[in-house]
Amino acid sequence: MKNEKLKTRNVFLIGLFLFIFHFSLATANGQIAVKGETVWTMAGEPISNGVVLVNNGKIEAVGPQSSVQIPANYKVISAKVVTPGLIDAHTVIGLNGYLNQPHDQMALEGSGPLQPELRAIDAYNSDEKLIEWVRQFGVTTIHTGHQPSALISGQTMIAKTTGKDVDEATLVPTAMIAVTLGEDSLAAQGKSPGTRAKEMSMLRAELIKAQENSKKTDAPKDLRSDIMVRVIKREIPLLITANKAQDIMTALRLAKEFNLKIVLDGAAEAQLLLKEIKASGFPVIVHPTMARANGDEMSLSMEDAAKLKAAGIPVALQSGYEGYVPKTRVVLFEAAMAAANGLSQRDALALVTIDAAKILGLDARIGSLEKGKDADLAMYDGDPFEWTSHCTGTIINGQVVSDVVR
Amino acid sequence: MKKFFYCICAIWLFVCALSAQTKPVAFINARIIPIVGQPIDKGVLVVQNGKILAIGAAGSVTIPSGAVTIDAVGKVIMPGIVDSHSHILEPAGGDASGPIQPDVRVLDSLNVNSTSLRRAQAGGITTANVMPGSGHLDSGQTMYLKLRDGANKIEDLEILDKDGKYMGGIKFANGTNSIRAGGGTFPGTRAKSAALVRDQFIKAQEYRDKIKKAAGDPTKMPARDLAMEALVEVLDGKRVIHWHTHRHDDIVTVLRLQKESGFRVVLHHVSEAWKVADEIAKAKVPCSIILIDSPGGKLETAEIKLENAAVLEKAGVLTGFHTDDPITDSRWLMRTAGLAVRAGMSRDAALFGLTMANAKILDLGDRIGSLEKGKDADFILLSGDPLSVYTHVLETWVEGRKVFDRSNPRDYLVAVGGYGASNDRYVDDDEEDKDGGNE
Repeated sequence: MKNEKLKTRNVFLIGLFLFIFHFSLATANGQIAVKGETVWTMAGEPISNGVVLVNNGKIEAVGPQSSVQIPANYKVISAKVVTPGLIDAHTVIGLNGYLNQPHDQMALEGSGPLQPELRAIDAYNSDEKLIEWVRQFGVTTIHTGHQPSALISGQTMIAKTTGKDVDEATLVPTAMIAVTLGEDSLAAQGKSPGTRAKEMSMLRAELIKAQENSKKTDAPKDLRSDIMVRVIKREIPLLITANKAQDIMTALRLAKEFNLKIVLDGAAEAQLLLKEIKASGFPVIVHPTMARANGDEMSLSMEDAAKLKAAGIPVALQSGYEGYVPKTRVVLFEAAMAAANGLSQRDALALVTIDAAKILGLDARIGSLEKGKDADLAMYDGDPFEWTSHCTGTIINGQVVSDVVR
Repeated sequence: MKKFFYCICAIWLFVCALSAQTKPVAFINARIIPIVGQPIDKGVLVVQNGKILAIGAAGSVTIPSGAVTIDAVGKVIMPGIVDSHSHILEPAGGDASGPIQPDVRVLDSLNVNSTSLRRAQAGGITTANVMPGSGHLDSGQTMYLKLRDGANKIEDLEILDKDGKYMGGIKFANGTNSIRAGGGTFPGTRAKSAALVRDQFIKAQEYRDKIKKAAGDPTKMPARDLAMEALVEVLDGKRVIHWHTHRHDDIVTVLRLQKESGFRVVLHHVSEAWKVADEIAKAKVPCSIILIDSPGGKLETAEIKLENAAVLEKAGVLTGFHTDDPITDSRWLMRTAGLAVRAGMSRDAALFGLTMANAKILDLGDRIGSLEKGKDADFILLSGDPLSVYTHVLETWVEGRKVFDRSNPRDYLVAVGGYGASNDRYVDDDEEDKDGGNE
């Protein structure tokens, strides 16, 4: 009896302690001044000896330390280089996990080639180790979802790399519909699609059906039809993975025929079609700089991002989909390699910050360090792109979510 | 007339090639990282007949008269990179017939025209241990290759030992890759894996005993057995085992088997080395490691750490890096060393791991891996610090001949990729630099 009382008291005390601890953390983390010898705001020139004031999850002020007053009660964090939290414009982590076992691979449903109704949010594991991993390198936002391995593999979503569950993490529950053209979406022997031409006939039939349904008031109510009608109404873009030149042209042809909003993905042979892509006005989420040159990606160039940028095409960078080891790339490293292959540091950083935010339609909220935007920051002890530099901390929504030196 | 012109050209090229053999080439004004010895800020490297003739600071080295002098100001010269574990040139080893196939030679499978050779040259790799895969307990014999240019058969890339035999090791694996549940003769468990390997070594010892007993009498010799012959080489220390192993318990199993049979072994991948670094050090077994962008991808690499390199350095283990190409691309092995430094390894150990450590791992420490007088003239010219992301390999030289030149459009295409970069070698592409850049 006595023991039980003691237990109750202990539980109460622990609870009280945790409450106070949590409260004090929240206060401490709520108001932060992040000083950087270089602050890449990605809105104008980098600031030397700059500071970013963070209050209540948002950026309160950005500027040189000489002109921005740091309030006395703000927790000060210093770093050599401060950047906006990095954005990975296309990945599959959260749906696919690091163990690469059937139970943690949820980015591809094998039962059919056209499944636009599959929501990413129903499969997203916010606690996945790979999310923690990329967060430790400064990645704060990911566009993730069904993998590019079926004609329409499902939906994508946009999430912050934090949050105790999917609801807390999610920024956009349905961002795009993942479409894959070329070899990677061919079905098993004897099943459709078995050729590139068949892929298009199936896709076009699906879109024609959606077109018809969008005009009917008594259209059949089903998940697949509902989502495809939203595609036809240009509410949701198709994320079309197309690497070979003919597949890129196919994507552009499809977009024209159905007046679709699309985002080109991968685009390993975009180098051969810069004029055509530029004329289409569609953005490109280009393959990882260090992606393996095989299959439809055989002709990729490490200078593709630079070439797209130089052509005036909106471009962002991705970590992509990996089937084996490593299970995910780190978009920071891919941007680093882009910086070494034709892009300036600023333009390479833009691929994983503001330019990515624009393509994802979230540039009003993330992607640069500006007053009023989400307080998502990454800190480094040197040039973020050098292999030998470290990410020293990551802040998401004004909270320090990582302080390991990675 | 046209024919005559070509004929003259061919003769001229031939003469150039001949003279290139004898004319010394001196690189001056470069920052030289010799790996053995301190970096030299304003260094001179003289090569001739495929060997290093002299190396040292400006003023301390006499440049031979008649030498071709190349001003490498602003550039960094270091030894050619050695990759101790690669799958370039489309290697294939054992088939599905059994888990242990020491008789199989990777030599018999390699395609010298593969574009992967050019990518490795573009990455500054001058020597590679090309191996069959890890789906067997023993998938066959490996081959050490010099990535020379203009090869049209695998013999053109071989490295000969002092007996004139081409050099190579043998590939073993444990853990899950070589386990095939219900796979017939393949093991279903780790214990069975170890038992099958031990069994083979006992057989090999018996085979060796029979040979010894025969004392050269051909009538008493056992029947030739290709598998046993290879394993006897292993037992005699002439053929090193390159053992794919990830988990801490599998690593320790290799060490246990090593103690039992006395073979020479290099541990490869060693994802959980950080858990048993002291045991590895105590066994005096070197490691050939890979660092990957994220943990996982398979169960055995779930606990791989970038810190592995630093932990092994601290434990005093001889540690080299490998690409495991295509797991990491041969063009970026220097990045692996950069990531090792990021996770705590010293710069010196990281550069050593790219070069000299791997040379030792391949029993080539007296010939390659550092820039020292008398060693093979295998070296690379870099645009900057070897561990910087912004640095490019400008030139790769093997035995005094330039095999990669970033300023050559064709080589540039291989280095950065693009349309046509992944095509296998076209037949006539070497005529233009037959003289290996020694012009």
